[in-house]
Amino acid sequence: MSINWFKYASPQSFYPLAGRMVPWFMVPAAVLGLIGLYIGFFVAPTDSQQGEAYRIIFIHVPAAWMSMFIYMVVAFWAGLGLAFNTRLSSMMAHALAPTGALMTFVALWTGSLWGRPTWGTWWVWDARLTSELILLFLYIGYMSLAAAIDDPRRADKASAVLALVGVVNVPIIYFSVQWWNTLHQGASVSISRAPSMAATMLIGMLVMVFAFWAYSIAVALIRVRLLIMERERNSAWLRETEGV
Amino acid sequence: MARDLLIALRHRSDVLTTFFFFVIVVSLYPLGVGPERETLREIAPGVIWVAALLAAMLSLARMFGTDYADGTLEQLALTPQPLVVLVIAKVAAHWLTTGLPLVLVAPVLGLQFDLPADSLATLSWSLLIGTPVLSLLGSVGASLTLGVRGGAALTSLLVLPLYVPVLIFGAGAVAATVTGSGAHGHLTVLGAMLMIALVFAPWASAAALRISLE
Amino acid sequence: MHWGSAAEFLAMGGYALYVWGSYLVTALVICVEVAVLVRRGRTLRARAGRIAGPGSD
Repeated sequence: MSINWFKYASPQSFYPLAGRMVPWFMVPAAVLGLIGLYIGFFVAPTDSQQGEAYRIIFIHVPAAWMSMFIYMVVAFWAGLGLAFNTRLSSMMAHALAPTGALMTFVALWTGSLWGRPTWGTWWVWDARLTSELILLFLYIGYMSLAAAIDDPRRADKASAVLALVGVVNVPIIYFSVQWWNTLHQGASVSISRAPSMAATMLIGMLVMVFAFWAYSIAVALIRVRLLIMERERNSAWLRETEGV
Repeated sequence: MARDLLIALRHRSDVLTTFFFFVIVVSLYPLGVGPERETLREIAPGVIWVAALLAAMLSLARMFGTDYADGTLEQLALTPQPLVVLVIAKVAAHWLTTGLPLVLVAPVLGLQFDLPADSLATLSWSLLIGTPVLSLLGSVGASLTLGVRGGAALTSLLVLPLYVPVLIFGAGAVAATVTGSGAHGHLTVLGAMLMIALVFAPWASAAALRISLE
Repeated sequence: MHWGSAAEFLAMGGYALYVWGSYLVTALVICVEVAVLVRRGRTLRARAGRIAGPGSD
């Protein structure tokens, strides 16, 4: 018996499924988060070079990884929506984008705070932070374009094109910034180079990565339900489900 | 494309405005930064290149905007000619009226910043290769935002991240010549970007135009 | 555990500003994100309820 995946391609059938899925991601996110924080603060040792400041890594790296991963997922769903004309795929992309942008912001914020005690300045133009900054602009561009177009179909398609162009450019941008950075800073080390990691540090970081990942999925599912509610607000099935 | 150039000639003021914007912006920097020659030489590549980016962005609205507003764009889209060809024509017109003047005037501006002669040559080459890329990438932004609220600011926001690599390698090329390390690598990368943009950008813009015209 | 006391833990070896600055802002971002979503959900459901009217169709 094969699962009819296309059954869930309609907002109507995905809506309740998403609702059921949320706790299955939110609870593990919280649990993993607590475990990760415990490892990060109580098991992982103090770093010999950076002292306690390195503990920011347990947020900075997961946030940075998620910010990049989510952008690719956004491009994936947006592309799918563009290619197959499925509304739900585009909605999924729109649902993920704000979370991705917030992850990028967190990566930048924590990166800055990590850089201050380590390198003495609030902002370091290293390759990773600079790329994150540009990634933030890409997210904001995607969300702004979608928000600026009133017709949802055109908004979906236009933002999808933008996301695809963006995702193709991400490696080019990253490569360019890397080049620019090594040219101008020479031998100085990127702040995002992790301290030589004890196993516990690595484990703590990975646990946090999974926590962030689960959280992102949960939040995206909540948001896509809201998007479905907004777009389908005139349809009978929604009124019956949520109406008094 | 001939038609676009004709229109550009008639609306000379638009073209000249962008051009003078570029010149003025570049000339402002020494006033803001101080006339120290060392400093000026260092910032010159970046300043001139950023000004080129801004000038390119300012004129993007014109690429499709006027035709979109009076309905000609829709008619052009209905012709049997593929949209990609239309896009390429528009990009070419944009470049000839925006990019090429910059390429020609940049060496003069470079002199203001006390750039040595070989750097001036690199500057011209980098702009020659790079400004078409700006026009090509810009066409994607312009076609996505046709008739959309937020206009030029939104287009700029969309297009700037894409411009960053061009800026890095364009300005980098000139800086490399100034420091003596040679711009060959930078110019090669710029050339590669031009090739890639030539292949993909018109196609993406055509798709975006179709979406905007629906 | 290598924290001698709660005070030591909070001090983070002198890096308290940076470490807690990071964690607290992250926690704030998460709370705000979820709160905004919950609020949007309530508004939308209230609106859907009003459209449906008292009693179902």
